[in-house]
Amino acid sequence: MRISGKHLTILAMAVLIAAAPFFFPSGYYFRVGALIFVNALAVTGIVILTGYAGQISLGHAGFAGIGGYACALAPVHLGLHPALAVVLGAVISAILAYLVGKPILRLKGYYLGVASLGFGILVAMVLNNERHLTKGPDGIEVADLGLRGLLKDWGLNLSNGEFWYAFTGLCLVIGAWIALNLHASPTGRALRALHGSEIAAGTVGIDVARVKLQAFVISAVYASVAGSLLALQNKFVTPDIAGFMHSVEMVTMAVLGGVGSVPGAILGAGILTLLPQVLTVFAEYEQLILGLVMMLVMIFLREGLVPSIMRKIRGRGE
Amino acid sequence: MSEFLQFLFSGLTVGAVYALVALGFTIIYNASGVVNFAQGEFVMLGGMITVFATAAGLPLPLAALVAIAATAAVGVALNKLAIEPARGAPVVSLIIITIGASIFIRGAAQLIFDKQIHSFPAFSGDDPIHVMGATILSQSLWAIGGAFAVFVGLWLFFTRTILGRAVLATSNNRLAAQLVGINTDFVMTLSFALSAGIGAFAGVLITPITMTSYDVGLGLALKGFAGAMLGGMGNPKGAFAGGLLLGLIEAMTAGYLSSQYKEAAAFVVILAVLFFMPQGLFGRKSTERV
Amino acid sequence: MKKTLTTTVPAALIALGLATAACAEIKVGASISATGPAAFLGDPEAKTLEMLVEQLNAKGGINGEEVALVLYDDGGDANKARTFATRLIEDDEVQAIIGGTTTGTSMSILSVAEDAEIPFISLAGAIDIIQPVKPYTFKTPHTDRMACQKIFEDMKKQGITKIGLISGTDGFGASMQAQCKDVIGEYGIEIVADETYDPKDADMTAQLTKIKNAAGVQAVLNPGFGQGPSIVTRNYKQLAIGLPLYQSHGVASDGFIELAGKDAAEGVRLPGTALLVAGLLADGDAQKPVVAAYKEAFEAKYKVPVSTFGGYAHDGFALLVDAITRAGSTEPEAIRDALETVSGLAGTTGIYTMSPENHLGLDLTAFRMLEIKDGDWTIVE
Repeated sequence: MRISGKHLTILAMAVLIAAAPFFFPSGYYFRVGALIFVNALAVTGIVILTGYAGQISLGHAGFAGIGGYACALAPVHLGLHPALAVVLGAVISAILAYLVGKPILRLKGYYLGVASLGFGILVAMVLNNERHLTKGPDGIEVADLGLRGLLKDWGLNLSNGEFWYAFTGLCLVIGAWIALNLHASPTGRALRALHGSEIAAGTVGIDVARVKLQAFVISAVYASVAGSLLALQNKFVTPDIAGFMHSVEMVTMAVLGGVGSVPGAILGAGILTLLPQVLTVFAEYEQLILGLVMMLVMIFLREGLVPSIMRKIRGRGE
Repeated sequence: MSEFLQFLFSGLTVGAVYALVALGFTIIYNASGVVNFAQGEFVMLGGMITVFATAAGLPLPLAALVAIAATAAVGVALNKLAIEPARGAPVVSLIIITIGASIFIRGAAQLIFDKQIHSFPAFSGDDPIHVMGATILSQSLWAIGGAFAVFVGLWLFFTRTILGRAVLATSNNRLAAQLVGINTDFVMTLSFALSAGIGAFAGVLITPITMTSYDVGLGLALKGFAGAMLGGMGNPKGAFAGGLLLGLIEAMTAGYLSSQYKEAAAFVVILAVLFFMPQGLFGRKSTERV
Repeated sequence: MKKTLTTTVPAALIALGLATAACAEIKVGASISATGPAAFLGDPEAKTLEMLVEQLNAKGGINGEEVALVLYDDGGDANKARTFATRLIEDDEVQAIIGGTTTGTSMSILSVAEDAEIPFISLAGAIDIIQPVKPYTFKTPHTDRMACQKIFEDMKKQGITKIGLISGTDGFGASMQAQCKDVIGEYGIEIVADETYDPKDADMTAQLTKIKNAAGVQAVLNPGFGQGPSIVTRNYKQLAIGLPLYQSHGVASDGFIELAGKDAAEGVRLPGTALLVAGLLADGDAQKPVVAAYKEAFEAKYKVPVSTFGGYAHDGFALLVDAITRAGSTEPEAIRDALETVSGLAGTTGIYTMSPENHLGLDLTAFRMLEIKDGDWTIVE
């Protein structure tokens, strides 16, 4: 049953992503869609870290910042093609996650929260202050990925919006596929075991520290790639990408949709990305409504939207 | 020497701000185990309500009292409407709820007040006090004194009064507390009212120094949270010391190293402390029941 | 793009919001940071645009056609600004965009506007927005570089050769700090102390003490905006530094004097626009009628004092209306061409004369060196 559930999820995602454009009244929707997919990719990483392994990070946007700025800086200073810059960003994030994760994952709960918060703030600070390298708080331009031009040469003419919608959608499907596979793998089971009880997991022979670190590094790579995609899509990146609010946004999206669930990540990302767009008529009330939504979902749908909805559909009692 | 003193005074001033915010975290944490990220908004409300109340004609002391009372009420509402219903939820959910609450309050403040920056006059004037070649504002002394007073008050409360012990008992084991006759609902209400009130009190003291606007809450909450963690969350001594220490580290780094990375230095120190003392400087070592 | 009738929620809500706009022929889009860290810049900008559109339509619009304003709030987030710019162009189908309260948001918006060949008038300060010149991007505020030049001109007149610099680490402060460092050599001035503070900091006495003790320092310059400069000014007084203090045009508003305190603000100089000294303008001054009219209308409607930032929005809109009127068409390219031929248009910020190479149209003359005396603005001569 497990296996086909996974395939079904991916299939459903791919179908929805491919079919949605037929309902789009204008190019603007491609942009919103692409943003949702990028956010969902980052949030999938959070699902792995917080949902599967139960570790809190309030600074994961730092990795998104590294990924984004890698794409801005590597082509200029190292002559790398932007696609390779994405890989470089992911590698740097992975290494940094390993180095930082090793000590801080010994902490738990709020203490882990503040340590990860400190990390995120430090990254944002460096990106903001090292003006000569990053051009500071106003942000820096990012080179074109070149893929759309390549496709054009091969005869497939896509608008900017259409290309990024398709590309980020593809990346998301791949990322979700990996995450779902991870869930079912021995590593995934180990992650979930330590989420349940670290001590119990330790007693059955799971190397708790190593598994936690794996989750941290993997989720860092997700955030980094998402950050890279965002920077490439915007052809611009600012230090805000690594800021505390972005970290909070990522965690909120995960928790809203259902922190242990990959479809939940996508739903959460969708809702929080769409909310400011839908609320433009009530722009003054946006913060109010956002805060209210966050509180209400957490209180009444404690597990997040997707698990709660699935529960209702399956009709299972508590 | 006068240079060092000036840095010291700067650090104490800023540290008092952080300490006041950090102290507000302790009660709610002690009562419910929740770190209330909306604490910064209580500080903001204290300042903003006072500003608008004085603009409406009330004398400053009365306006401050109104602000503290109103904010305490907001704290109670937060508990009843957002925290109580989510009791037992995992830490991540609670973090999101309190952050959601902080965003909600900020959004409301934006509408009820405005988006401009405000301030009100310092309590005893703007003339700086000269000490061995360095200067400190009288309002800074008010803030430091206020932080100290709150710290002493809270310490006495938790260690010497029955009510304070009841709060600790409630967070330790709610059922057991109820079984020995503690009215846990009242304890929770009181805790939130007190934390919010302290937050508002902090806002009143620091607004002449930092100024206020509808969005100052988040930055203050982060710094206060970091200071409280540094000192050991839940311990008034830790909050007071942690907040002051945070301010001092920032000022000394700005003075002797580079002003660009003063925040970085502060966070590096916090991380270092947490690696070696995972409960913070004065935190209680806790054991986990299997 | 052909709009297909759909019942999807976003489309319905958007249609609801724009119900009134559907009828108008001239659509102007705006993405302003009315909330977020730049709110006190964006809030007056948004209010100004709404007021001016209302006024204009009451008089019959442009060439008899009403103007519809589609205003979005990007909260100072460059990513959101880009999304809204895309929405304005592809979904709302506007013919021109005003906005970009901050440099970050402006850079995002202009990227989209240039691709779509829609004229964009930015309200942000950085010189990078119009230099190098981009075909469709214009701007109304003086550049931060010009602010530096104006200040250094004044310093040179006073015989100042060594200064201390204390800047906010936000976009505005950092950008102006960089520009000032770039041009300072031309005025024979040297920087002997270079400090920074976070815009949310509560106390800058540590940094100011270092500046005070720097050898030979004769004056201090504070690039920044928001509450930071007010606190710097108060700390400055507290430490009794006694040297001339120059602020930037980022605090050119009455609010600054109030927050810093009359005593502390005494003697502070900064480059400001005619808007702050409306009452002191000579009768023959070309800007006087424009400034007076705007000030009166804004203060009557919103009951708060005018600010330079609202003035930027006023000028942006005035330029746009002028261009559309002269072009006699709402084709984006025609509007852009008309903008490039603006000559001698008096705004609140200055008098604009643009060209294909100059998309700002202002020079240093419109910038007035102001000094705060007795809680009020005076013009330095």
